[in-house]
Amino acid sequence: MKNKNKNEREVVFWPGNIVVAEAAIAAGCRFFAGYPITPSSEIAHALSKRLPEVGGKFIQMEDEIAAMGALIGASLTGLKVFTATSGPGFSLKQENIGYASIIEAPCVIVNVMRGGPSTGLPTALGQSDVMQARWGTHGDRPVIALTPSYLDEVYSETIRAFNLAEMLRMPVFVLIDEVLGHLSERLEIPDPSEYELIDRPRPTVPPEEYIPYDSSQGDVPPMADYFTGYRWHTTGLNHDKTGFPTTDPKICQEEEERMERKVSSNLDKIISYDEFMTEDAEIGVVAFGSTARAAMVAVSDARDKGIKAGLLRPITLWPFPEEPARELGKKVKGIVVAEANLGQMIYEVERVAGCNGPVIGSNKVGGVPIYPGEILEKIEELV
Amino acid sequence: MHASYTKYLRMNRIPHMWCPGCGIGIIVKAMIRAFEAVDWSSDDLSLISGIGCTSRAPGYLDMHTLHTTHGRALSFATGVKFARPDKHVVVISGDGDATAIGGNHLIHACRRNIDITLIIVNNYIYGMTGGQYSPTTPVGAKAATTPWGNVDIPFNVTELAKGAGATYVARGHIASGVQLERLIRGGLNHNGFAVIEVLSNCHTQFGRRNRLADPIDLIDSISKSTVNIRQAAKMNKEELDGKNVVGLLHRDEDRMEYCEAYEQIIERAQNAQKNRGRR
Repeated sequence: MKNKNKNEREVVFWPGNIVVAEAAIAAGCRFFAGYPITPSSEIAHALSKRLPEVGGKFIQMEDEIAAMGALIGASLTGLKVFTATSGPGFSLKQENIGYASIIEAPCVIVNVMRGGPSTGLPTALGQSDVMQARWGTHGDRPVIALTPSYLDEVYSETIRAFNLAEMLRMPVFVLIDEVLGHLSERLEIPDPSEYELIDRPRPTVPPEEYIPYDSSQGDVPPMADYFTGYRWHTTGLNHDKTGFPTTDPKICQEEEERMERKVSSNLDKIISYDEFMTEDAEIGVVAFGSTARAAMVAVSDARDKGIKAGLLRPITLWPFPEEPARELGKKVKGIVVAEANLGQMIYEVERVAGCNGPVIGSNKVGGVPIYPGEILEKIEELV
Repeated sequence: MHASYTKYLRMNRIPHMWCPGCGIGIIVKAMIRAFEAVDWSSDDLSLISGIGCTSRAPGYLDMHTLHTTHGRALSFATGVKFARPDKHVVVISGDGDATAIGGNHLIHACRRNIDITLIIVNNYIYGMTGGQYSPTTPVGAKAATTPWGNVDIPFNVTELAKGAGATYVARGHIASGVQLERLIRGGLNHNGFAVIEVLSNCHTQFGRRNRLADPIDLIDSISKSTVNIRQAAKMNKEELDGKNVVGLLHRDEDRMEYCEAYEQIIERAQNAQKNRGRR
């Protein structure tokens, strides 16, 4: 169903997974490699139809690992690339996510989170990949994970994921969940003139002068597309600026630190969050994704009861919005961290908030959303 | 040195890291001669590998080289080729890389018939990790993890590829570089998924444990195990027992190549969209 509103924005009523697919196309994505997995499959369904319509490529690979490999291969040719998965598939992709990190190949991975460890609750909500997103692949590497809560935000954050992946040459995660993936909501599709699309930095020097990991102009080295005359070597081994393997401790240290810096020195461009009634808050609530919607209701309900509650909602989960969490920690008597897992983000809140009062969790893992009343109970516990 | 080798090699990366007497060098040389014979420019060519001794080859070749994760070379190659069907993609992989950890990708690349040439260097062992048995190690052979002899039944790599749908399947060996070059060239020219198995030596890890520590002895034993496909046609089952038939074993020119098939999908999708627009 499509209509236009007065501002000529297209108005739609779509489920979240379709919003992801359409946002990817709007972001310039022209390559998708995936593997069927609930509750993300509608993203693949939509793109198998839409990508060839815009001259793009869709491929269903033999497994999750292959999908991640094909994605990186296509990224090296210069395309904006994307895959969608859920918990078990995200686990399978981790080795090649590490590969994309070390060769610095831009790519976007949407994880529509479901419940439970292992096969768990395939058709139900979970938010249990907080730490998998941060630490899932072996070794140290920078991480960006975006966690929108509303479908207009799913659209804009998906576009932003592509922009960050290209700008910083790295994998970027969008973590939504089964509820966001499957709920339908009215949203206005922004006109392309309303947002910016960013392309990866490309070399300006001639091929014979190209140094693949040259960071003399900044921490993000220009990346040459395959088959454009710039012949370079990519390897998952630690490498020096030429791209060839090295075991030199000093170079390995410098290069890994440079990769970390791509995120740590661009926090202002990466970190996004929302605050609701935190100005005078005495009880803090921290929640992301679909749980934040319930948390917002809980905060309103608490205010109705005369409890000064306030919500911090990370839209960027990794790197964690430390500064607003610290500010919140300073002014409140206690914090409730609501998340559909047994307590993952709470470690980060405890670490950074420096709150004098207790930091407690509002947790649920049975596949059903946390209800506002349950968060409210926790808020009242802290009063 | 023949001019073609320096044209395709990164001379500043030489010397290589392979053991003296290793067969991989012979295979890389045959591959380079095949590149030159089909006149492929380095700028239009991507050479992709996984992990292992064989997978270090791309580092020495001056083209778009991609040294990926263990077993996954074909999935990366599929991404490169599908994104740029107008360019050439070649994968070089060992027996462990291609048929154990990468076995799933191998059979599906065969089935898909995407225009990639895969060279599998079969030296019957995991060399780099220290001589563990692979899916091609013969029954009874010793390896670091079969100290009492191997009981695993090995794959017949070419039959596997053929059964999975590869449209060009050949087997060569390192004692016959001229034939090998011809077989690789045939694979490069073939429009579809081509598999060339190359029987090779790892005297360091396989030979040493199986009374063939001298590379010449091991290469000789590989050579003696082979029989040309024309000769094989005249031999009976008993005579062929334990022999490796070499040559072009299978070719199917009729099946459509994957990227070409997908181009038709794009055309169909775009026409449908135009027609919707007219209504």
